[in-house]
Amino acid sequence: MTAEQRAKSLSVHLVLIAYSVLAVGPILLVVMNSFKVRSAIFGSPLALPDATTFSLVGYEKVFRSSHILTYYSNSLIVTLVSMALVLLFGAMAAWALTEYRFRGSTALALFLSIGIMVPIRLGSVAILNMMRSAGLNDTLTALVLVYVAQGLPMSIFILSEFIQQIPKDLRDAARCDGVPETRIFFEVVAPLLRPAIATVAVFTIVPIWNDLWFPLILTSSDSTHTVTLGVQQFLGQYITDWNSVLAALSMAILPVVLIYVILSRQLIAGLTSGAVK
Amino acid sequence: MANLRIEHLNKRYGATTVLNDVNLDIEDGEFVVLVGPSGCGKSTLLRMIAGLDGASGGDIQIAGKLVNTLAPAERGIAMVFQSYALYPHMNVRKNMTFGLKFTGVPPAERDRRVAEAARMLRLDELLERYPRDLSGGQRQRVAIGRAIVREPAVFLFDEPLSNLDAALRVSTRVEIANLHRMLKSTIVYVTHDQVEAMTLADRIVVMNKGCIEQVGRPLDLYYAPANLFVAGFIGSPAMNFFEAKVGSVEGGCARISGPGFRSFDLPATSLKVGDSLTVGVRPEHLGRGEDGPFAVEGVVELVERLGEASFAYVRRADDRLFVAEVRGRQTPTPGERATLIAAARDVHVFDAAGLRVTTQNDA
Repeated sequence: MTAEQRAKSLSVHLVLIAYSVLAVGPILLVVMNSFKVRSAIFGSPLALPDATTFSLVGYEKVFRSSHILTYYSNSLIVTLVSMALVLLFGAMAAWALTEYRFRGSTALALFLSIGIMVPIRLGSVAILNMMRSAGLNDTLTALVLVYVAQGLPMSIFILSEFIQQIPKDLRDAARCDGVPETRIFFEVVAPLLRPAIATVAVFTIVPIWNDLWFPLILTSSDSTHTVTLGVQQFLGQYITDWNSVLAALSMAILPVVLIYVILSRQLIAGLTSGAVK
Repeated sequence: MANLRIEHLNKRYGATTVLNDVNLDIEDGEFVVLVGPSGCGKSTLLRMIAGLDGASGGDIQIAGKLVNTLAPAERGIAMVFQSYALYPHMNVRKNMTFGLKFTGVPPAERDRRVAEAARMLRLDELLERYPRDLSGGQRQRVAIGRAIVREPAVFLFDEPLSNLDAALRVSTRVEIANLHRMLKSTIVYVTHDQVEAMTLADRIVVMNKGCIEQVGRPLDLYYAPANLFVAGFIGSPAMNFFEAKVGSVEGGCARISGPGFRSFDLPATSLKVGDSLTVGVRPEHLGRGEDGPFAVEGVVELVERLGEASFAYVRRADDRLFVAEVRGRQTPTPGERATLIAAARDVHVFDAAGLRVTTQNDA
């Protein structure tokens, strides 16, 4: 490596490190302060917890006073069910749109791509009305339906790209072998889509888990709140229980980080495949 | 085991005609090679026999049964693809048995067939391996094995050797020929390589622009091409063509003359004075000599030495190049004047429409 190259790679790394600090900093701050007593949170917010300031009071309060476990399981149910449906329907729709030519297939593909461009929040009022008249108000089903609609267009778009990379001969070979179309999809195409599915899974999960808007307008009782909404109860108009807020937020971050770590290897394969060949 | 009959088969994509009224009868157990330049419709024809592409018109019968509307799996065919098309996430054994699950073959029978195919193709050691761990030749054998275990009536091969390197291509070619001898099954084989076509086929089907140009045994195509296209396509280097005219007709003999070669008499009754002709002679049929039934002169311009023979590029008096294959140790030298002669039976004559003119020399 010449000096010039070294300088170049150093400058690139400096930029990347700066960006990482910017992105990770606030999260670290939240997690760090969730382990401190209230006076230390305000007295020295940037300090690490030490023997005098360390405290689990936030976590104790969260577990004692609220429905945090219900919120947690609601979030998990909504996220996982939505993800499963988005992946299943997304892969099936992507397969149908790329593999079969039928009347209106182009129009349908176009319609679905509009879903990528138009944010689903624009339809909040209409969604609320629909859910109310369908009797789904204040249910987890309502959230799942909305999130599936939100996640499908992007997942179809990504998976279509990947399905097109699967050699046509493979499907033809399976057809010559007498494999039924549904089994071709589930046993030949789907296994080859694994990296793509991991990518779509992460892209689907993160916004759903973090979403505040739809739980806010579609759920009203404690039994249907999700974690992000549940945290709000510690934020009062006059008093905010920062210990509990930070503890609950730290816990809310955990599952997404875990899933990301589990899927990251597949995810990287998915993001870079096709880029380098 | 079955015969295959194709009648008035057409394929059109919008305004483009890919196949135009193809008729072909293939006998039970016959090895037929479809050959032609790229875009001639040979692969499309194969895919239509397989049922992967639909026909715009015409009939396909396999074993006497009309299969036009049947799905690929119901036609009793098995196809070997150019890209092998092995399922990447299944090991060799699973690759071979995967299709059998859906066609109602009991597990014990599946195992028996895989064992037999593995023995025949020397795949025993590889059964638990995945396609990514196999070499090109091994993958090709697995693809053939996957076709064999289906016990099809007709095997379809779509350019199976074109992804292999030259040495492997030769050995796999021999294996396929052996396989056909053992299985005695009907095979339709698509290739653009005329060496494969000549060596493997019982009969060759030469295709061009969606039409069949000629069907025949390899040596018939070589010695008696039915038209200019087949004459130019079969043989390497390609046949030399000379423009010619009929000068006079006398007693069943036509006097043929043209720029660049010595006039000669052709015992053909169908020709009239003034007819435009094309005379064709293969490079390997031209030899050095003084005078012969067909003789052409020129100046050697370039010599390609292959070892067993040399190709001499010779410039004729009318400034056109032709090629002669010269055998023996004495290679021609550039700049040398040479007279090249050919026997009467090696001279092919085609009329203005490009069709072969039958002569008494053919008999």
